[in-house]
Amino acid sequence: MSRHSYIKRPNRPLQFYAALFLVVLYLPVLFLPLFSFNTSIYVKFPLTGFTFQWYVELMDREPVWAALMNSLRVGITTSIISTGFGVFAAKAITRYRLPGKGPLIGFIMLPLVVPGIIFGVALLVLISRLGIQLSLVTVTVGHVIVCLPFAIATMIPRFEGFDPSVEEASADLGENAWWTFWRVTFPMVFPGILASLLLTFTVSFDEFIMAFFLSGTDPTLPMYIWSQLRFPKEFPSILALASIILVVSFALVFLGQWLNRDTQATDLNSE
Amino acid sequence: MTQNDAFISIQNVNKYFGKFHAINDVSIDIKHGEFFSLLGSSGCGKTTLLRMLAGFENPTSGEIYIDGQPMSGVPPHHRPVNMVFQSYAIFPHLNVRDNIAYGLRKQKLPRAQRDALVDEMLDLIKLPDYGDHKANQLSGGQRQRIALARSLILRPKVLLLDEPLGALDKQLREQMQLELRALQKTVGITFVFVTHDQEEALTLSDRMAVMSNGRDLQVDTPTRLYESPINREVASFIGTMNFFDGRVKALTNGGAEIEAVGLGNLCTSNIPPNLKPGQSVCVAIRPEKLSLSRDAQSGFNQVKGRLDNAAYLGERSHYYVSIEGVSKPVAVSVQNRQRANGNGENQCPVWLSWEDNAFVVLGNG
Ligand SMILES: Nc1ncnc2c1ncn2[C@@H]1O[C@H](COP(=O)(O)OP(=O)(O)OP(=O)(O)O)[C@@H](O)[C@H]1O
Ligand SMILES: [Mg+2]
Repeated sequence: MSRHSYIKRPNRPLQFYAALFLVVLYLPVLFLPLFSFNTSIYVKFPLTGFTFQWYVELMDREPVWAALMNSLRVGITTSIISTGFGVFAAKAITRYRLPGKGPLIGFIMLPLVVPGIIFGVALLVLISRLGIQLSLVTVTVGHVIVCLPFAIATMIPRFEGFDPSVEEASADLGENAWWTFWRVTFPMVFPGILASLLLTFTVSFDEFIMAFFLSGTDPTLPMYIWSQLRFPKEFPSILALASIILVVSFALVFLGQWLNRDTQATDLNSE
Repeated sequence: MTQNDAFISIQNVNKYFGKFHAINDVSIDIKHGEFFSLLGSSGCGKTTLLRMLAGFENPTSGEIYIDGQPMSGVPPHHRPVNMVFQSYAIFPHLNVRDNIAYGLRKQKLPRAQRDALVDEMLDLIKLPDYGDHKANQLSGGQRQRIALARSLILRPKVLLLDEPLGALDKQLREQMQLELRALQKTVGITFVFVTHDQEEALTLSDRMAVMSNGRDLQVDTPTRLYESPINREVASFIGTMNFFDGRVKALTNGGAEIEAVGLGNLCTSNIPPNLKPGQSVCVAIRPEKLSLSRDAQSGFNQVKGRLDNAAYLGERSHYYVSIEGVSKPVAVSVQNRQRANGNGENQCPVWLSWEDNAFVVLGNG
C-alpha cells in the first residue's frame, strides 16, 4: 500500500464504476462483430454457426471499394487541411495575447456541441445558394469544420507543454520566424500533428450527417452502409463492413494517443 | 548623443505594460569587455531590461545603442547579442552537439570545421563526453553550461545572462560563478548578468546597477556600492546597514562632522556632494565596522549600550545592541574566532566603538 501516493491509491467504487461505464458503452457495439461471423442473415439469438462468408462477399462488391476510395480521399484531405489549420490556430491561441481569446476558443469549439444536422443544413443552404455542385469537395468542406475542433484540441496541449522561451532562444541564435518554426516548433509538436492527423482522419472516415447532406453522387462508406440498410439480404455484409471500420477506427485513435503520449510522460518526469 | 566609450548605451529608456510602468527612465552605459550585473528584488524589471537588450521587448521610449548602432526596430535574430535564459531554454528534441551547433546554420561551414568548433566548446564547458546525450537527460548545471556554449560559439559581442545560477544549489552555484568569471576573462565578451543575489553580484561584477521599481538607483563598482551607497534604499538593499538620524555640524577638509542621535559627534569623509552645515542627514554604518567590548576603550569613538540578543551565522555572529535614543537595536558583526558557546549573556552593558570614516552620510536625508 505504501507504494501508492494518496492520490494514486486504488479506489474500488471508482474501478467498478469505470468497468460498468465501459460495458454499457461498448456492449451494444460488440454485437456487430459477433453477428458478422454468424451464418444466419437474421440478427437474433441463438447463433447458428461461424463463417467468414460475409467478409468474403464484401470483397467482391465493386461499390464497396468505390465508397472506400471516396472515404479515403475525403478523410486524407480533411485530416491534412484541418490539422494544418489546427497547428496555426493552436499556436496563435497559446502564444499570442489575443483580445477576446476566450470567446474565440468557444467559437472554434462550437461544432463539437452544435448538432451536426444544423451545420449540415446550414452548409447545404449556403452551398446551393452559391450554386456549387455537391460533390466530395463539399463533403470535405463539411468535414474540415467538424474536424477542426478535434485538431485544435489535440494541438493546444502540445503547444502549452513547451516553454515559449525555446522559440525565443532560436530567434536569439539568429533564426527568423520561418526557420524557428521548422527547426524548433514543428519538431516539438510533431507527435501532436501525427495524433491530430489520425484522429481527424478517423472522425471524417466515420462521419455520416455532413456526408448525408453534402455528398453528390459519390457516396462515402457510411453513406453506402446507410443506403444498403434497406436490403435485409445485405445486412450481414454491412455488419462485416461496420466491424472492419470499428476495428480500424479504434486502432487509429489508439495509435494517435500512443504517439502523443509523452506530453504527459514528460510532465511526470519533470516533477 | 554622447557615445563616449560605452559599448552598450541605454538612454532614458521607459517601458510600459499597459498602464504599468515597468522601466522608469533608465540610463546605463556598459563598457566593452565588462562584467556588468543588474541587481534588484523580484519584479523590479531586470528581466524586462534584458529582454529589451535582446530585442524581445521594445522600449516605449528612449533608445538602446549597442556598439554604436541604435537598436530600435532591429529584430532579435539580427542583434549582436545572445541570451542565456532563466530557464536555459535548451532544445529538448536535439542532442547536446546539435544544441550547441544550432546557431551555426547560416554560416554554412563545412562539416569538419563545424564539428571542430563544437568540440572546442564542449571542452570549454568541461563536458567533452556529453555530445551525444539527449538534452533533457542533463543536470541543471550541465544545461546551463550548454546554454552558455550555444551562445558563445557564435562569438557574440554581448552575452546576456538572466539569473543563470538561480536554480542551482549553493555549492554548484559558487563553482559556476568562478567558472563564469574565468570564462568571461578568457573570451573577453561583455557580460550583462541579471541576479537578485547581492553576494553573487558583488563577487562577479566589474560594475553593477542596483534597481528598484523599474529605476536604476546607483550604477557603480561593487566596492563603492557597498562602501558608499548613495541613499538609504541602496544601502539597505546590499548587506546589513545600521541607520542613524543626524545633523551636519560643520564641514571639514573633505569631510564633515556630524552630530548623530545616540552616538554623539562623529567625523567621516564619506559624504554626498552639496552637503550644507545644519542640514539633517542619515548616517549609516556596516555591522562589521563596529567593534564590541565589555569595557570602555581609550581614545576611540565609542558609545555605551546594552546587549539585546545574538544571531549565530556560522563564521560570524550578529549581536544586537540597544543604544539610548536609538529606536532600532544596532547590529554588530563579530567573527567567531573561538567556538561559539550559546548566546552570551543578554542585557549586559557593552561598548561599541568605530574608527574615523567608518560612517557613511547618505544623500537626501
Ligand atoms: N509581458 C508583460 N506584461 C505585463 N507585465 C509584465 C510583463 N512582463 C513583466 N511585467 C511586469 O513587469 C515587472 C517587472 O518584471 P520583470 O520580469 O522584469 O521582473 P524581474 O526583475 O526580472 O523579477 P524576477 O527577479 O522575479 O525575475 C513585473 O511587475 C511584471 O509583473
Ligand atoms: Mg526575471
